[in-house]
Amino acid sequence: MTDQSRIRNFSIIAHIDHGKSTLADRLLERTGAVTEREMREQLLDTMDLERERGITIKAQAVRLEHTAEDGQKYVLNLIDTPGHVDFTYEVSRSLAACEGALLLADAAQGVQAQTLANCYLAIDAGLEVVPAVNKIDLPAANPDEVSSELVGILGGTPEEVLRLSAKTGEGVDRLLETLVARVPPPSGDPDAPLRALVFDSYFDAYRGVVCYLRVVDGRLDTGESIRFMAAGEVHDATEIGFLTPKAKPVASIGPGEVGYLITGVKEIDRIRVGDTVTSARRPATTALPGYSEPKPMVFSGLFPTDGDDFERLREALEKLRLNDASLVWEPETSKALGFGFRCGFLGLLHMEIVRERLEREYDLDLVATAPSVAYRVPLPDGRVVEIRSPQDLPDPGERDRISEPYVKVMIITPTEYVGPVMELATARRAIVGGMNYLSPERVELDFEVPLAEIVFDFFDVLKSKTKGYASLDYEPSGYREADLVKVDILLNGQPVDAFSAIVHRDHAQEYGKRMTGRLRNLIPRQLFDVPIQAAIGGRIISRETVKARRKDVTAKCYGGDITRKKKLLQRQKEGKKRMKMVGSVEVPQEAFVAALKVDEE
Amino acid sequence: MRPDQADALATASAAYVHIPFCSAVCPYCDFAVVAGNDHLVRRYVDAVISEVAMTEPWQPLESVYFGGGTPSHVDPAWLGEILEALARRHGIASDAEVTLEANPEDFDLAKATELTALGFNRISLGAQSFDESVLALLGRRHGPAHITRAVSAARDGGFGSVSIDLIYGTPGESDNSWLATLHETVALSTDHVSCYALTVERGTPLGRAVNRGAPAPDPDVQADRFGAADEVLRGAGLHRYEVSNWARPGHECRYNLTVWAQGEYLGHGNGAHGFRDGLRYRNHRRLEAYLEHVEAGRWPRAGEETIEGWDAELDRLFVGLRRSLGVAHGPGTTAILESVEGGRLAAAGVITADSERLVVTRPLLTDAVLRCALSQPAPIVMADGDA
Repeated sequence: MTDQSRIRNFSIIAHIDHGKSTLADRLLERTGAVTEREMREQLLDTMDLERERGITIKAQAVRLEHTAEDGQKYVLNLIDTPGHVDFTYEVSRSLAACEGALLLADAAQGVQAQTLANCYLAIDAGLEVVPAVNKIDLPAANPDEVSSELVGILGGTPEEVLRLSAKTGEGVDRLLETLVARVPPPSGDPDAPLRALVFDSYFDAYRGVVCYLRVVDGRLDTGESIRFMAAGEVHDATEIGFLTPKAKPVASIGPGEVGYLITGVKEIDRIRVGDTVTSARRPATTALPGYSEPKPMVFSGLFPTDGDDFERLREALEKLRLNDASLVWEPETSKALGFGFRCGFLGLLHMEIVRERLEREYDLDLVATAPSVAYRVPLPDGRVVEIRSPQDLPDPGERDRISEPYVKVMIITPTEYVGPVMELATARRAIVGGMNYLSPERVELDFEVPLAEIVFDFFDVLKSKTKGYASLDYEPSGYREADLVKVDILLNGQPVDAFSAIVHRDHAQEYGKRMTGRLRNLIPRQLFDVPIQAAIGGRIISRETVKARRKDVTAKCYGGDITRKKKLLQRQKEGKKRMKMVGSVEVPQEAFVAALKVDEE
Repeated sequence: MRPDQADALATASAAYVHIPFCSAVCPYCDFAVVAGNDHLVRRYVDAVISEVAMTEPWQPLESVYFGGGTPSHVDPAWLGEILEALARRHGIASDAEVTLEANPEDFDLAKATELTALGFNRISLGAQSFDESVLALLGRRHGPAHITRAVSAARDGGFGSVSIDLIYGTPGESDNSWLATLHETVALSTDHVSCYALTVERGTPLGRAVNRGAPAPDPDVQADRFGAADEVLRGAGLHRYEVSNWARPGHECRYNLTVWAQGEYLGHGNGAHGFRDGLRYRNHRRLEAYLEHVEAGRWPRAGEETIEGWDAELDRLFVGLRRSLGVAHGPGTTAILESVEGGRLAAAGVITADSERLVVTRPLLTDAVLRCALSQPAPIVMADGDA
């Protein structure tokens, strides 16, 4: 066990691509935790998908040993944090395991919204925040301006802002010294009953659930009986250890230390991030604060293109859940799309990652319905139901008000784009909040926006309106009533459930027009005219027609052509297999995908 | 023609002879054709004669069809040699229909007289249009005057049955242009007219042009043009007996009717298909490959398949349903009529059935019916060869 005065626990807060992973690699090298030969590029990001997207989905921790200028040996625990808006809760738990945070900003790009949001989380959690400007080796680097931005956020002087290049290693030694000097040591009570914070967990096929934890008070010993306080479960600490970064079993983990715990539990949802581990024999009376259940924010129906893949989809979801307790789903039946699952995600990125993994790692061909949020509808009997799918919305007669979730949105943009950003926000029913200049060139804008307005394409439009310079962060901010209606899309008079959407009354016409227009181009001509209508209740708000097919015959079929023609029609027939019958209308599978695709303009 | 007469052609004997040579290749054509290879013509004629000689002798042929390519591009005497070879091998019935495809620009009275003397009695002229601009769009090398002259030459030269081919729906052709072409056609009083919707085939110059963004034929426009053709030709006493073919009574093309009745036929020449003893075969399409095989004494077959059971029944529908008189009931029609899709087709007026036959009443949607047939599982009771 290490003396608490020799321990420094810290996280790195940085935007995607601002060099967090590269810096982590440098720290591992400098402290001798990994030799260069062992060095894999960006060791802390283990999943392929993370590597490709350059983001960290699951936090990890690594124990570094550093001999400081004072001649003392220090243990530095670097706790990685997820870098995306969907994982705010996990970020907050990682931060809760630290005493300090390194705020890392790209010298060319400056502070981004998510970084700022996470920085505020760190400040709120009482962490010592050490500012640093990375990538000073870049030709476009502007460390002076970025330093003054950081000073504007954190106070202090520009001289206190570290300047480094994770790529070349410049400034890394000074960073290590600064961390030792400025991050406070832990101050847990070694004699109190054990309290350890679970800040991350993952499923290992051989070992079961592995959780990462930070011991706050007391001591965790191998083999002892432990209790997860929120889950209420008791297990044995089969193995405990440090990550150096390789797992290294130890007999005890003392106060202030960070390590892993294996209990033999196989189901990841039984061990939740934020839970407190205590001793079963000598339990703590109160758990560590801040635990909450993962709450899905965005919902989408996932349907296999080939109905026969339904069971495979279920199995794939179950496997994904082994590593992702926040993924929830329930079976859903669509008249148009058949059997599938309505899945709940923490946010948009989470949704995208899950879909991509299902398609890539499990080789599934999926149709996803338009993302929806959870609406709250009070029923006449006083109950309030949560509506996660437009199909479930009670008829207007059985409800009067609908509430929708809002989010607090923070946007950081160069000042020249304030106009376009305001325009976008207003178009998305935003309530304009504050405006805060980070520097003469960059401004932080705050809004409250219905979540439904940002789940589609808000981020894409924001990026295009600001030439990619704006960044965005959001967090839930409760429910508000709104004038929402359900728009149905009817093919030949029959509603197609997959295309129904709950939208604001002012946007209903636009949605209806867009969908009917798209479908007119996507639905092949049939034997009869097919009206495509958008309707609110019984009222038609938009209409298009796919005219009947009039010619479907090859000009010639003489002796030589029979085989060829049979093959041609056979191919066309195979194409028809990918059609879904909606009433009497044949709709190609691609039409569902294309019609529900988010606009890219 | 009565349905039973048409169906009876299933037992007729027919032969197709492919002549691949052309003076130039039309941009829309995807047949096995060559241009600028006239030095190979004699070798080719000899090869076809050899192929005929290799063939198992059959009953006297009731119809022979020389198609192409441009058969009229070849010396009539050489065509006569091939006809003679067929006569020697199988015999040619005294009342046989012997058709030759010809281009208007290389057809005159002298040629016509020579051909009829050799035994040809039916001519099919590739007129395509009477509109100079449409002919130019189609890359044709003749003008309207050539067509009129060629029809007169055929009549004067003794052809008992004269047909012309037309193409409709060429981008650039107008309603009026098409109507004018139809009226010019009717004025020539031919015995038979084929009207084909211009089709964009992959790998042709037209196909490539369309891929690059050139206008493609509009199927709705083509549907309108088809309607106009049927109206004008019917008014002139020509009845439609197949999707793209109209004839005066008694002048229906017997060779094609044989194919559409699922009758058997010999196929000679490069790229030709034949159907004999339940075996459908195809010859090498490349001219050189065909010549090399035959000259080495080998069958020029590139592939073959036995057509039996459900496959044969599907074939019967594929060819038979294109005819205006449809097909007699069999396992295939039952399968269509009992299917959900068949019900939709009947409801949309695409097919009509009585106790005897199934008829496609909206011929421009024939392929929808055929796809429906293809989608049906083979009935369990369907034994080999009882179609």
